[in-house]
Amino acid sequence: MSGTFVGMPSFPRAAKEAVHNKTLRGNLRHATHTIRDKRAKAVAELADWAELREAGKQIKDHTLRHLDRYLLQLEERVTAAGGTVHWAADADEANRIVADLVKATGESEVVKVKSMATQEIGLNEALEAEGIAAYETDLAELIVQLGDDRPSHILVPAIHRNRAEIRDIFRTKMADWGRAAPDGLTDIPADLAEAARLHLREKFLRAKVGVSGANFMVAETGTLVVFESEGNGRMCLTLPETLISVVGIEKVVPSWRDLEVFLQTLPRSSTAERMNPYTSTWTGTADGDGPKTFHLVLLDNGRTGTLADEVGRQALRCIRCSACLNVCPVYERAGGHAYGSVYPGPIGAILSPQLRGTQSEIDASLPYASSLCGACYEVCPVAIDIPEVLVHLRERVAGQGGKGHRLEKAAMKAAGWVLDHPGVLGAGERAASKTRRLHPSKLPGAGAWTRSRELPEMPAEPFRDWWKKNRKPKPDGTSKPDGKKS
Amino acid sequence: MRVALFVTCVNDAVYPSTGIATVRLLERLGVEVDFPEAQTCCGQPQFNTGYRRETERLVRRTAAAFEGYDYVVTPSGSCAAMVRQHYPKIGDASAAALATRTYELTEFLVDVLEVTDVGAYFPHTVTYHPSCHGLRLLGLGDRPRRLLEAVEGLELRELPGADECCGFGGTFALKNSDVSTAMGQDKVSHAVSTGAEVLCGADNSCLMHIGGVLRREEAPLRALHLADILASTREEPLV
Amino acid sequence: MSNTADSTGPTGPTGPIGSRERILARIRAAVADAPDAPEVTRDYLDTHTPDAAMVDLLAENLADYRALVHRTDSATLPDLLMRLLAEHGSRTVLVPPGLPPGWLAAADPTRIHDREASTARELDEVDSVVTGCAVAIAETGTIVLDGSPDQGRRRISLVPDHHICVVRVPEQVVASVPQAMPRLDPTRPLTWISGPSATSDIELDRVEGVHGPRTLEVVLVED
Repeated sequence: MSGTFVGMPSFPRAAKEAVHNKTLRGNLRHATHTIRDKRAKAVAELADWAELREAGKQIKDHTLRHLDRYLLQLEERVTAAGGTVHWAADADEANRIVADLVKATGESEVVKVKSMATQEIGLNEALEAEGIAAYETDLAELIVQLGDDRPSHILVPAIHRNRAEIRDIFRTKMADWGRAAPDGLTDIPADLAEAARLHLREKFLRAKVGVSGANFMVAETGTLVVFESEGNGRMCLTLPETLISVVGIEKVVPSWRDLEVFLQTLPRSSTAERMNPYTSTWTGTADGDGPKTFHLVLLDNGRTGTLADEVGRQALRCIRCSACLNVCPVYERAGGHAYGSVYPGPIGAILSPQLRGTQSEIDASLPYASSLCGACYEVCPVAIDIPEVLVHLRERVAGQGGKGHRLEKAAMKAAGWVLDHPGVLGAGERAASKTRRLHPSKLPGAGAWTRSRELPEMPAEPFRDWWKKNRKPKPDGTSKPDGKKS
Repeated sequence: MRVALFVTCVNDAVYPSTGIATVRLLERLGVEVDFPEAQTCCGQPQFNTGYRRETERLVRRTAAAFEGYDYVVTPSGSCAAMVRQHYPKIGDASAAALATRTYELTEFLVDVLEVTDVGAYFPHTVTYHPSCHGLRLLGLGDRPRRLLEAVEGLELRELPGADECCGFGGTFALKNSDVSTAMGQDKVSHAVSTGAEVLCGADNSCLMHIGGVLRREEAPLRALHLADILASTREEPLV
Repeated sequence: MSNTADSTGPTGPTGPIGSRERILARIRAAVADAPDAPEVTRDYLDTHTPDAAMVDLLAENLADYRALVHRTDSATLPDLLMRLLAEHGSRTVLVPPGLPPGWLAAADPTRIHDREASTARELDEVDSVVTGCAVAIAETGTIVLDGSPDQGRRRISLVPDHHICVVRVPEQVVASVPQAMPRLDPTRPLTWISGPSATSDIELDRVEGVHGPRTLEVVLVED
């Protein structure tokens, strides 16, 4: 298993493997159904969920509309509070900034809080190339890192692994990275958590540099916010002397008060808790408490391009809760790896093709990785209309032509002409009915249907013929029921 | 009141029985139904596949075909949702007006005719799959269930995981046929677990997919549109 | 601020145009034609809880996420803290600089004071920590620490495996998150704690006890 997503096959091919992997299907089904029911309960506790959702959406939309202003305000406040702000246009620039900052401390290792932004830019690999070891400290990230695996979920990157697989990874790999797993380690989750605690403890206690992302940044105060559960975040944010946070520019919110919305919606949407165990907020550096040096790296990496798309920009509201993954029937069966990105699931299907463009095979296939069932939109705490953006991106992909789409376009054109001529349509329907069956070989893509499903039997005649025979038309062109055949 | 049947292209070509059942049901309830023959397809397949221009042409055609009717009734939650949700954004004023006059069959029965007992007779065990667009885009809620519960002789069985997508999704069923099939198979195994004789739905495109899996797997139940069940009476029972 | 300039990029009148200017320019171009986004409508509730039910709800929600909850008055607080530390088998206890002196008057463990020079390793040897808090939120079962003298640096409530947090009832309790926000100073480093450390990373099922204190005891003191 390779640790990168480069050269991913298109979604249907990658998903095909996953669908037939019984262990994976079982793991995903178990995990997503567990969290699905809990989320519904946690959300139902709040009578004003719809209003919180609307406020969250509006806060994000307002911020995005005035993003330049809020970023400048944030920069000013962070700087005034003793932090240093850097701007990175793309992944390479962000990686270079972080690597240089780490090198300047003279250290050769960093401890990391789980962060989607640093995953997105491939920071760990970039640091490794510079001789710097980056240790993931979130339990699921640790499982992925030890297993030389790829993340498959936003909140729980190792969701594709069950407890027995995790035990095996800990037993065989922990010793290579530091303290070995305890002898006789079982697959009881509490024992696995304890093994992670012991393994990472020594790394936390000696760490001089911490690297994080942030869930939110408050422009009016210069405050950064990290939501977490295990305490690894607190360790990384408070014990090291230097803290470097890499954060997407869309993570800013205008005011401190705005957090009251997301502090209610994010935990319930993501881990289905009233509140996650730990939330840390910090503003620059604090005298005698926590890191003495703080760097904030503001990351674009495709976000401004996404912002320019009037339909697609709503994807930037995302607060990375994972609720859409957990309810998605496609994600549940295809698994996260099939999406070929650190952002899997419905949100990944609209985010990756926007951040990376729709030219690659995988990115061109992602907008179609959905049955448009709408479950994702229903649970999204910032009301991202994911089906709407999917359809919008399909237009973009269909418009760019390329493999498979030329034939489809021709078929759509031909069908469009027929459907614009009811007489021709009726003739076609009659012809199909006469033979009393569809001809799979003559329908484009029908093989994909008949491999696993029967085609419907064709009726004796189309509805419009029945109507003509059984409901007598009146002289003015409308018809009238008389119950008799004409 | 002038009522038009919007039969949908799938029903017209593949499931005329559902269109006929809808006509008979409405007539039995005293509604005079018309079928404007200029109608073809609402444009949903084109829209959802990313072909905006082809969609626009069909939106214009559909809006023109149903001009002048007070109510446009369709036995498809999905096509009703296309008109209701997307026509105002895609088409002109007449398309937007059509959106306000279009009713999915169960909405028309329960909200406009204010009837839940339609006098149907269907002595079988039935489980109901609420298709996604009816469930989430139209918010049909318990209307189909109330109609089914009032059918004489019908025993309704709860479908586990009812609100999960069956995996049809238009071209999704072809472009991602492995995932689509896996979803359909799970839907079928849930339906089988109810022990019902019939899997009922209000969208024949979903039923074409579920029914295709049912027949391939030789599962002991069949797929039927809600209209076919509601049209069935003691005098003219559906067999 | 340090601005990472791209030496191969275009240059402006005052030197290299860095990514900062490029990103800001791209943002402005991206939203130039976007519709105005009005001020936020806040139709959500300020609270979901009647005042009278607040403290009981706090106790209930703390316990629901596996915090151990105790209720007492200020006269018996020292004895209770003594008992809790003894039951945990603690030989040492970390003490924030401004902890009310009476609280640990009856406690046996050796008091350890957090000095700036103390290392994380030294703190890791301490068995327990006792702190106050800034505010407690009933609806979410949350206590918030803001680094005031009775709470100390963030690390002291993190590294020891046993945290006892004293909440003065009812004055430190609010019903909801919106009610907590104006009582907190965002310029101070804040730690919101809702139960002992936990993870959902194995099969999305919640397990308590990872890196933060595995035992969280919350003492509600009401006179």
